[in-house]
Amino acid sequence: MPSTQTQEQTSNFTSKDLVSDQDIRWCPGCGDYSILKQVQKVLPELGLLKENIVFVSGIGCSSRFPYYMNTYGMHSIHGRASAIASGLKVSRPELSVWVVTGDGDSLSIGGNHTIHTLRKNPDLNILLFNNEIYGLTKGQFSPTSPEGKVTKSSPMGSVEHPFNPLALALGADATFVARSMDRDPKHLQAMIRRSAEHRGTSLLEIYQNCNVFNDGAFQAFTDRATKNDHALFLEHGRPLLFGPANKKGIRLRDGCHPTIVHLEEDGVSESDLWIHDEHDSLKAGLLARLSENENNGRGEFPKAFGVFYSTQRSSLEDAVLEQIESARDKLGAGDLDALIRGDHVWEIK
Amino acid sequence: MSKEKVQFKSNVVIRFAGDSGDGIQLTGTQFTTSTALAGNDLATYPDYPAEIRAPAGTIAGVSGFQLHFGSDEIHTSGDLCDVLVVMNAAALKANLEHLKKGGIIIANEDGFDEKNLRLARYVDGINPLEDGSLEEYQVHTVPVTKLTRECLKETGLGVREMDRSKNMFVLGLLYYMYNRSMDPTINFLQSKFSRKPEVADANIKALKAGFAFADTTEIQHGRFEVKAAPMRKGTYRSIMGNQATAFGLIAAGERAGLPIYYATYPITPASDVLHELSRHKNFSVVTVQSEDEIAAVCSAIGASYGGSLGVTASAGPGISLKTEGISLATIYEIPLVVCDIQRAGPSTGLPTKMEQADLMQAIYGRPGEAPLAVVAANSPADCFESVFEACRLALEFMTPVFFLSDGYLANGAEPWRFPSARDLREIKVGFATAKDCDNGVFLPYKRDERLVRKWALPGTAGLEHRIGGLEKEDLTGNISYDPENHEKMVKIRQRKIDNIADHIPEQALDSGPEEGELLIVGWGSTYGTIKAALRQLRDEGVDVAHAHLRYLNPFPRNLGQLLQNHRRVLVPEINNGQLVRLLRDKYLVPAIPYNKIKGQPFAVAEIKNKVWEVLNSLEN
Repeated sequence: MPSTQTQEQTSNFTSKDLVSDQDIRWCPGCGDYSILKQVQKVLPELGLLKENIVFVSGIGCSSRFPYYMNTYGMHSIHGRASAIASGLKVSRPELSVWVVTGDGDSLSIGGNHTIHTLRKNPDLNILLFNNEIYGLTKGQFSPTSPEGKVTKSSPMGSVEHPFNPLALALGADATFVARSMDRDPKHLQAMIRRSAEHRGTSLLEIYQNCNVFNDGAFQAFTDRATKNDHALFLEHGRPLLFGPANKKGIRLRDGCHPTIVHLEEDGVSESDLWIHDEHDSLKAGLLARLSENENNGRGEFPKAFGVFYSTQRSSLEDAVLEQIESARDKLGAGDLDALIRGDHVWEIK
Repeated sequence: MSKEKVQFKSNVVIRFAGDSGDGIQLTGTQFTTSTALAGNDLATYPDYPAEIRAPAGTIAGVSGFQLHFGSDEIHTSGDLCDVLVVMNAAALKANLEHLKKGGIIIANEDGFDEKNLRLARYVDGINPLEDGSLEEYQVHTVPVTKLTRECLKETGLGVREMDRSKNMFVLGLLYYMYNRSMDPTINFLQSKFSRKPEVADANIKALKAGFAFADTTEIQHGRFEVKAAPMRKGTYRSIMGNQATAFGLIAAGERAGLPIYYATYPITPASDVLHELSRHKNFSVVTVQSEDEIAAVCSAIGASYGGSLGVTASAGPGISLKTEGISLATIYEIPLVVCDIQRAGPSTGLPTKMEQADLMQAIYGRPGEAPLAVVAANSPADCFESVFEACRLALEFMTPVFFLSDGYLANGAEPWRFPSARDLREIKVGFATAKDCDNGVFLPYKRDERLVRKWALPGTAGLEHRIGGLEKEDLTGNISYDPENHEKMVKIRQRKIDNIADHIPEQALDSGPEEGELLIVGWGSTYGTIKAALRQLRDEGVDVAHAHLRYLNPFPRNLGQLLQNHRRVLVPEINNGQLVRLLRDKYLVPAIPYNKIKGQPFAVAEIKNKVWEVLNSLEN
């Protein structure tokens, strides 16, 4: 089955060709600008034809994205982008289909489509802009806002426990799960590229700063002063290292309990550390909840960024098309007259 | 019974009734097939409970199947039955009201033991087969369970397995009574149980035993002969509504040269369309069982955007969930067929019972001004042509189209003088190409003289564009908040739908005078009943007109004139008055509603009585 996402061909466009003639209406300083720019930077490097690219979005600030891309695009209804994109991908497997969605769009009103899309695994690239707030409706808590979050609709603090989007995706048997952030362009580009290259649904969570309603929600991971201590960048086959000069690492006690160790002070070497294996689903689950571990005296646990999990499973459209092929092999091409006639007929003369 | 005692009948109504696990629907459809092959005209009506297996022996678990067949034209499944076949006491209690006075009861006496009588709530174990309460009927008791076990005792099957064949025993008995060939059923059993030959053999044995039992016993009900009906020349088959719907969709795909993408969430009574379609994937049919109703409509929209014909289906409750998706398709202006196999509502309502109460939902049930076309089928076989027409309008006018059927049509069967593929009209589909650009710019919302925009598929170089649910600027499709533009676009979308009236046939009268005292206007599954009632009235010397609408939005151009040509207009509907409101609204005629909302079709007698009532009021 041909896939556009790994086609050996030269792109017929540059980043500039992807800029549409529409004025961008995101707030000045919004993290969405960076994501748009990185997407426009990476797409021409993927060997795609511009006319084969489709961006599908739901509702929310992030969902204006397709209007700013000079490709095919659909701005749809709240929460349903992945359902629409699934239908498109199944009917046109050769297209490169991207879903742009937010935390409210994909995890609240569209939560059902998100989990089922991940389970069914059509070859879609889902970019989940997570700003932990409702921006377009002017500042209510979202399903990823932390407990106690004070917003217009929760003046005494949100009483709800938030979703962990990546743990949710892994629970839904997603075949590709990754995280990046708006303020790390190089890493974001790399993750967009990896998402595009994956055959099957790729879920890329992008921490995106809403500078109007939730400014600084991800500051710990983006500020130079704190980034090293709070963000851990995953690399397949490499130990989990973070902290200033990468002197801190994660070790798995009893094979499943993460503990923070200091390479020099604790007398451990890199080979004692947890070596990242992006094909290990169990450890991907531990990674998704890494920052929830209790401090073992070496400071707070960091959040991981990078590819948490990647595996191969037949894509929905491949499976659907295989059945059609197999039906044709078995029954021959459809004969409408034979179908309508059926097995029992009688003549009136 | 003696073979000389053959009575000729012009038409017969048989009702099979038993536990929902007794195989009643299978018995009914088998009798239907044999009857169709014998050349009778016919109509059927399955009447089954919502519970798959309600407690055995109770009234709640009774499943029924009514078949009306004859040597003359048959338009309905019959008001009351001539023969009632009951497998147990509950089936008798639940169905006796459907039997004509003097009618025949064939009862499985083994289903009237103490336990069954108690479960059917016959007080103090009174057995209606023995207490004289059925004196007005011809009652024939047959120990069906016992005889079936007896004939299968050599097979080595367990008692439960043997009892599963008792419906075949009864079927064999009726085949003898009505002189039907057992061959179609024997073929069916052999093919259905090809991997379990012992089950096939047991069923065939029971079938033959029932036939032989009727041939040799002394039951005094005689044998009946219903001659073949004088039907139009041609080749016929028997077809059910949901099957015809599936075939119509496939045919439309073939005639348009497009794949069908059918996405749906299981719901009664629509699921059989999915089941049928999913067996025909060699026709470029993609069937998707979605995670919910919303995903179904949305993925169909996505498929249509990619150049397939997106189709989704449900019953009323599911359609309401699809509403936002359908409204998106109206502003996208993209082909989409929405099949609403209506059932009795509101909410979950009576899931297995019929109703025509989604007409307003189909025409108006969306946020904002979101017009679309609505087409309704009037008989099981007509589902084929009507859904084909819905597909044609969706593709030729770039619009969502509702196809309305209902539980009565969905599960009902009738003989169908089926068309050949080459006689089906071609559906014209044109996709935009780079030539459609104006000075290098593609305008996705530029329209032709019918106000229809071009279908531009992703993958076409030079036509990259964005569509969305936000109001769009005329021509460019860009987001526009301009008040003048919004009003203009609302009017354009409305006019586009109104223009469809120029591309559908004018409304013809089904029968009756062009001008006269009374016109009956119906839609959907009431067709057969109204037709049968008017035929009887004509025999009684009263000629009133009947128009049955397939196109409910827009209406045919001449409908207003047709209404004006008659002194009064009567609108029978299985709802609380929906088409009647639309007619009053659009044509300012004092149309008279006639409504039945019992989860059941009209009886012929009800329509006749209403016509008499209206005619009498005109004389006074």
